[in-house]
Amino acid sequence: MCLAIPALIKSINGKEAEAEIGGISRCISLWLAPEAKIGDYVLVHTGYAISVIDRVEAEDTLRMFREMAELEEDPN
Amino acid sequence: MGDKILMAHGSGGKLTHELIENNFLKLFHNSVLTKLDDSAVFDLCGKLAFTTDSYVVSPLFFPGGDAGKLAVCGTVNDLSMCGANPLYLSLAFIIEEGFAKVDLEKIVDSIHLAAMEANVEIVTGDTKVVNRGCADGLFINTSGIGLIPEGIDISGSNAKPGDKVIVSGTIGDHGIAVLSKREGLIFSTRLESDCAPLNGLASEMLKASRNVHCMRDPTRGGLATTLNELAQQSSVTICIEEDKIPVREEVFGACEMLGLEPWYIANEGKLIAIIPAEYASEILKAMRNHKYGKNAAIIGEVQAGYPGRVVMKTVLGTTRIMDMLVGDPLPRIC
Amino acid sequence: MKLVTEFRNSDMAKGLTAQIKNRSKRNARLMEFCGGHTVAIFRYGIRQFLPDTINMLSGPGCPICVTANADIDKAIALAQIPQIIITTFGDMMRVPGSYSTLQEAKANGSDVRIVYSTMDALKIAEDNPRKHVVFLGIGFETTAPTIAASILQAEENKLKNYHVLSLHKVCPPVIRALLNSGEVNLNGLICPGHVSAITGSHVWEFIARDYGIPCVISGFEPLDILQSIAMLVAQIEKGEAGVEIAYKRGVRSEGNLYALKLMEQVFEPSAAEWRGMGRIAGSGLKIGNNYSQFDAESMFKIKIKPPLEPKGCLCGDILRGVKTPADCKLFRTVCSPQSPVGPCMVSAEGTCSAYYQYGDK
Repeated sequence: MCLAIPALIKSINGKEAEAEIGGISRCISLWLAPEAKIGDYVLVHTGYAISVIDRVEAEDTLRMFREMAELEEDPN
Repeated sequence: MGDKILMAHGSGGKLTHELIENNFLKLFHNSVLTKLDDSAVFDLCGKLAFTTDSYVVSPLFFPGGDAGKLAVCGTVNDLSMCGANPLYLSLAFIIEEGFAKVDLEKIVDSIHLAAMEANVEIVTGDTKVVNRGCADGLFINTSGIGLIPEGIDISGSNAKPGDKVIVSGTIGDHGIAVLSKREGLIFSTRLESDCAPLNGLASEMLKASRNVHCMRDPTRGGLATTLNELAQQSSVTICIEEDKIPVREEVFGACEMLGLEPWYIANEGKLIAIIPAEYASEILKAMRNHKYGKNAAIIGEVQAGYPGRVVMKTVLGTTRIMDMLVGDPLPRIC
Repeated sequence: MKLVTEFRNSDMAKGLTAQIKNRSKRNARLMEFCGGHTVAIFRYGIRQFLPDTINMLSGPGCPICVTANADIDKAIALAQIPQIIITTFGDMMRVPGSYSTLQEAKANGSDVRIVYSTMDALKIAEDNPRKHVVFLGIGFETTAPTIAASILQAEENKLKNYHVLSLHKVCPPVIRALLNSGEVNLNGLICPGHVSAITGSHVWEFIARDYGIPCVISGFEPLDILQSIAMLVAQIEKGEAGVEIAYKRGVRSEGNLYALKLMEQVFEPSAAEWRGMGRIAGSGLKIGNNYSQFDAESMFKIKIKPPLEPKGCLCGDILRGVKTPADCKLFRTVCSPQSPVGPCMVSAEGTCSAYYQYGDK
């Protein structure tokens, strides 16, 4: 229910944008995320951006996972 | 003369002969074909491999190739996978009335170039034209004959526990390149089909060592389906490591977008080889020295176990079943 | 791939798993509501990481699986009208209705085309002005706003030949119905991350408040799911019940206000038929009167025969989480992905399909 994947906005033309998804490009709609800017990563579901990804939160989450992994490797 | 194929081009009369003369004989020169007898007649001695395939690809022209190139490479590859040196092909067209002559010329040109690269001759052929709407532009059938050198025994039932599984390069390129042009799914990519004749690569592998148990090209249904076929034929378990499977970034991205997995996507210029462990590295080296094997990699091994099963060790280290493809790989939203 | 492969890191998975194992003392039944989570859990073998105290259950969050036979029959009936081009997500092609599938309808001459997006369907409508394009609107709150946007775009472009068969559903009423049935005993709920990206987190609060069940809104990568399970276990061990967002990079607590506004503009709530659960009030989305020219049900006479349910199929029970595919006599015997009896086997994120494709673990 809701396959959505991160895509990088490369250019914007009105309510549409050219987005890059891991090496391929596709025209996507910004009808649901008009605030998206060039350089943003957005979650794309069936060709529509549904959310601008919060990169800071992404980094924080990964940092937390990294710390847990280090703790598991060396509990001391 | 008009620019479209007419029913008369397939009726065996003057227009058919003109088509053969101007379009086919001009490019496919060889002493067998030019006799224009009802059958190709030639001498062959030894163990023969014989195969046939029909090509109904849509669209006919895709990034990196077309139906013509596919028709040669597909049949050459089927022969090569049995260890045969491909020699002669038959070529049959079923053309839809109204098909553009210029497109037929492009496809015949591709067939000619692919046959030259594969070093095979088109020795016999047939042309039929059907009413508009009865063929999707053009269908092609090729059959092929090759000779298997002495001492070569390659078969899907030869895999043994302990054997290594090698793939000759990145998977999913052809299927995703074709999908990128399909109405309703269009996306941009520099990705091209990997369509290629593999007899040169197979020959280099066998020069390095004749100890190849199995070879197969993972066409429709992808890597996973072909591995399942091999596991069933040999009654073994095949265990694959996800992080060892070479996948281009574009194929990865397209699959993520469409909800597909790269190992279910068609390839037209790749092979899977199953090789005893002690010969794997020399064969791998020979593959990587060939232009169609540069990204060859060992991706798993054969184990004794549940016969006919393929399992995958995921990037996380867990295991899951890797089943055959069911139905068509349809893009999903869920 | 950025923001994807980092969340599939095996060392980080080990760290999260250790946290789950260290925290989890009590037995806990956790449900992943969303079919996308079911697929990810099986694809990455997530259950293999979990201690014996945790029991995972798959819920009815597969919009394909919960579409009733009568609705599939309507789609096929529309496909059989000569001037109609059906455009649909790929998931729908092989789903069996009472008598047939869209794939069979296509083989019988209907014009049925798979699209990735309604943007592609709109293009087909523009390219075929003499035909009517009907888009099969399936999906929950993630997909519904995209369909609403397509209708507004069709209106903006004065497109008269684009229509939608709205089979959209919303999640909260079905979860309430499931919990009220008393059939499922849950200790925690993994909430759908992309639905929540649209709705926000407050729509799940009733689950914690009225039923005392902890909820965590999860992303779809394996590390996201492990993190969510760890957070649920933490709440369960503390005896707490609240709604937390694990998927912070994708979900804001207020949701996507633009998307919600478009949904409100185009749709109105209605009752909807859910396979295995019957009719649930307020769980569907109907196209509002202001946009009736885009509503396939208003524009075309859809005639269907009385719907039939396949004998012996346990999709309904499986969707409610009261049975597993192993309990179904048809599983792997008569019902397989090649010849599916019910939609749970066809849909890539149907529970039966996941069990079949990836093995039972």
